[in-house]
Amino acid sequence: MNKSGNDMLSTRFDRPDGHLLSVYEAEGGYKALKTALASMQPTEVRDVVKDSGLRGRGGAGFPTGVKWGFVPADADEVYFFVNADESEPGTFKDRLLLDYDPHQTIEGTIISCFAVKAKTAFVYIRGEFGWLIDRVQVAVNEAYAAGYLGKNILGSGFDLEMIVHKGAGAYICGEETGLINSVEGRKGQPRLKPPFPAVSGFLDKPTIVNNVESVASVPWIITNGAEAYKNFGTEKSCGTKLFSVSGPVKNPGVYEIPLGLPFREFFNEQLGGMADGEKLKAVIVGGSSVPVLTAEEAMNVNLDYESLTNAGTMLGSGGMIIIPESSDMVELIQVLMHFYFDESCGQCTPCREGTGWLHKIVKKMRKGEGTVGDLDLLEHVCQGMAGLTICPLSDAAVMPMRSFIEKFRPEFEALIQETAPAGNCSLWPRGEQE
Amino acid sequence: MSENSFTLSAESLAQIEALIAQYPTKASALMPCIWVIMDEVGHVPPAGVDLLMSKLDVSRARIYEVLTFYTMFRTEPQADYTLQVCHNISCHIMGARPLIAHLEKRLGVRLGETTPDNMFALEGVECLGACGMGPCLQLGKHLYEHLTNEKVDKILESLRKGIVPTADTDRLPAGSGE
Repeated sequence: MNKSGNDMLSTRFDRPDGHLLSVYEAEGGYKALKTALASMQPTEVRDVVKDSGLRGRGGAGFPTGVKWGFVPADADEVYFFVNADESEPGTFKDRLLLDYDPHQTIEGTIISCFAVKAKTAFVYIRGEFGWLIDRVQVAVNEAYAAGYLGKNILGSGFDLEMIVHKGAGAYICGEETGLINSVEGRKGQPRLKPPFPAVSGFLDKPTIVNNVESVASVPWIITNGAEAYKNFGTEKSCGTKLFSVSGPVKNPGVYEIPLGLPFREFFNEQLGGMADGEKLKAVIVGGSSVPVLTAEEAMNVNLDYESLTNAGTMLGSGGMIIIPESSDMVELIQVLMHFYFDESCGQCTPCREGTGWLHKIVKKMRKGEGTVGDLDLLEHVCQGMAGLTICPLSDAAVMPMRSFIEKFRPEFEALIQETAPAGNCSLWPRGEQE
Repeated sequence: MSENSFTLSAESLAQIEALIAQYPTKASALMPCIWVIMDEVGHVPPAGVDLLMSKLDVSRARIYEVLTFYTMFRTEPQADYTLQVCHNISCHIMGARPLIAHLEKRLGVRLGETTPDNMFALEGVECLGACGMGPCLQLGKHLYEHLTNEKVDKILESLRKGIVPTADTDRLPAGSGE
């Protein structure tokens, strides 16, 4: 399913044997770890990653090396979490990294742990990826047997235990403090910050949580250096990024592209344009939580952090959802609002109540019972949700809601005025929406 | 399963002990220990909660908090085959709704219901991380992708014979070639 043009992270995608330690080693795997352990100080590793400009690939885009630097220098017990709770609608990149090339992420994790002096690493994989958890566990066992994990790794005196932790179906655990609470054996409800996890996280000890793709980038950066990494991408958006593309394009799948690539070029040349008979209507570039772009807007953006922020949206996770002309935007926003309502952890009132209200109002409109004041009411609810909660899930619901209305207002108005056919509500899951 | 009839295999009990030794605190082993019971029994009965309380020194309230917060944990016996169809945005665009309608027709139940013989439960679930391969359906550890009505019919036909068909995610056996 991968059609990679730039082989940094995705060299072994679609290979039937890429997950094996022997294959990974034969292609240069674990050399970066040997280099780091034999000839670098933890602070040097951190500085190289910082200088590379690598930014968190899970969604927030925070510089990885900077995050590592927040761990207090005198910390005696540090924990490291690899966030493989990949649950953002439209996102399916980390699963390929772990499926086809688990050792790349394991090596990156070991190096990262060396940099922040962590002795225990958890790989938190969403529970729905059952087959993937088995795959990663086998790879972790291989790494233990080869002496890359455990006590005194490669004779360096560095110890690391790695635990593969299985989630159990909660989107909110992708939020780093929700994830930490989950591994502590609690509900995955996020924590108020500060303190940030790098200072006080798992068991109140300094804790770093990094996305799979961020961690998987580390071996390449250590082997090739920060400057080589910066040769890819733009000045502020360095390196390559995995985009997982869904919807009716000719070639959906996961692509590794240098940041800054124009969407138009990516869409036409790599995705092959729309599938036969379909026309592009809109694009959600970074997972369902980021504001939608119209086809025209999308055709004029470059795929990097700054360009997308300037265009009023975000790079997010790189979960790119292609929306065809045949889609009913009100129907799609109902699908999304159902999702956020379902996944709100219930801790903060604005989110718990607000997501339910947004879903209810849109559902009412689609039943043909909308009123003229409903669009103002939706905006009013959004105002009561944005920026007022412990974690960003509330904002993640508001951003698509607002942008769908702003950019496709006539579809909402037509529905309210009953000039459009009422939505097909009969196909909705019953008895679980109220 | 009644409270009195609850027994866990020696293997599962050993797994629980190993997890307690592996995790930094007893309480932090709660989720993986629940998974051990889930994997053997299919749900966590009240006696399973008692077992977790005694092994992990955590309160009944906390265990139920966790059991009910995570959608994959179940406290009631489940159908033989729980078919979970993704109805989130990407799968929706690629035809999840008509596929669900087809399944409802074939199984004679509506979404969220279980067939009277307790063989099939049909559930709508949020994103399964197969967005580029939708519509998709999950059955335990198996994820079926690029679904059509015909493919779904074949899956049902096989399950009715008691055979779980090979899924798209079964394409590479874990650890093959070692």
